[in-house]
Amino acid sequence: MESERLPPVTQIGMLSLALIVAGGIYLAAHLPQQVSLAPAIVLLAASTLLLAGNLAALARVEGFAWARFFAVAKWALLAYAVIAGMIEYAFLRDGLSGGPLVVLTLSLVVFAVHVPVLIGFTVARYERPEPDALLAS
Amino acid sequence: MAAVTGSSVQPIAVGAGPPPAALERPDFEIVPRAGLPIVAAVLALLIVGIAVNEPWPLQFLHVVGGATWTVIDLFLGFVIGPIMGKLSIPARIELTTRLMPKMVLIMPTAVTVTLAAGWQLGNKLGTVQTSYYLHGWVVASYIVVGVMAVIALGLLEPANIAVLTELKKRQPNPQVIERLMKRFIFTAGLTGLMQIATLVIMTKLAAG
Repeated sequence: MESERLPPVTQIGMLSLALIVAGGIYLAAHLPQQVSLAPAIVLLAASTLLLAGNLAALARVEGFAWARFFAVAKWALLAYAVIAGMIEYAFLRDGLSGGPLVVLTLSLVVFAVHVPVLIGFTVARYERPEPDALLAS
Repeated sequence: MAAVTGSSVQPIAVGAGPPPAALERPDFEIVPRAGLPIVAAVLALLIVGIAVNEPWPLQFLHVVGGATWTVIDLFLGFVIGPIMGKLSIPARIELTTRLMPKMVLIMPTAVTVTLAAGWQLGNKLGTVQTSYYLHGWVVASYIVVGVMAVIALGLLEPANIAVLTELKKRQPNPQVIERLMKRFIFTAGLTGLMQIATLVIMTKLAAG
């Protein structure tokens, strides 16, 4: 793939992750006080929008190596689902509940989806036909 | 058709004589399967540690995971990274195919163990609460870890997987490998720098 034809998936992905991290820090920094969830919800919503935008932009790329993307992203998704599950387990074990639990759980979902997207994208962007296929054509 | 020779891809005309020697690569697995049971065992220890919720196992997991994470980041960023940048392409590929698959398993495991056990420990000891007298330092550690996480997850880990995937191809593109390795070395240096901040914060928290 020519880099110029690809959307800025990595940059947008990193911004999305940064927003999730900022929301998590905001909530964690105020424990055990009851603080407004609004900033964390806004950050989560913005992060989710960036994830959706990233996927939509990628879906419009002609000739993108989707087979390679999914081959890598599905295993990365499994790995990051396990990691997110471990962090969620710690939250639950600490008795976290209510709004903060919902926001942090959804943040973990965005994290567990977006990282595999970034890994799959970085691998697939450099995909090209194997030499044998070129010879055959 | 193209063949890898040194640092460039040479076009080869079919039937135009013997092709240049292809770059030698040791056989390797992108994710070493033999390491997966060890990862599973470490994660099982983490689950038990959090369930037991006693200071010693949590402290053990947090310190061992954190030390692993910090030392590897510092070593990669300041020792291996600069060395790798000066190696010849074949030597770099040799080192990459032996080192990076291990990093694919070690780093996410070390980070998960450090963060989950650390969070649980902080709750147990009350150090994550706003009433803790060094709360500002704790929040600073969140920020440092957050920045490192974004760099590692957005740049370093994808570059690591991509370079290994490229090297698994029958005819890897050296330009792609070069580009991804530069990204890896740069981000490893960056996270190495951030780890110095982690050491400053953690020693302050330990000293009180």
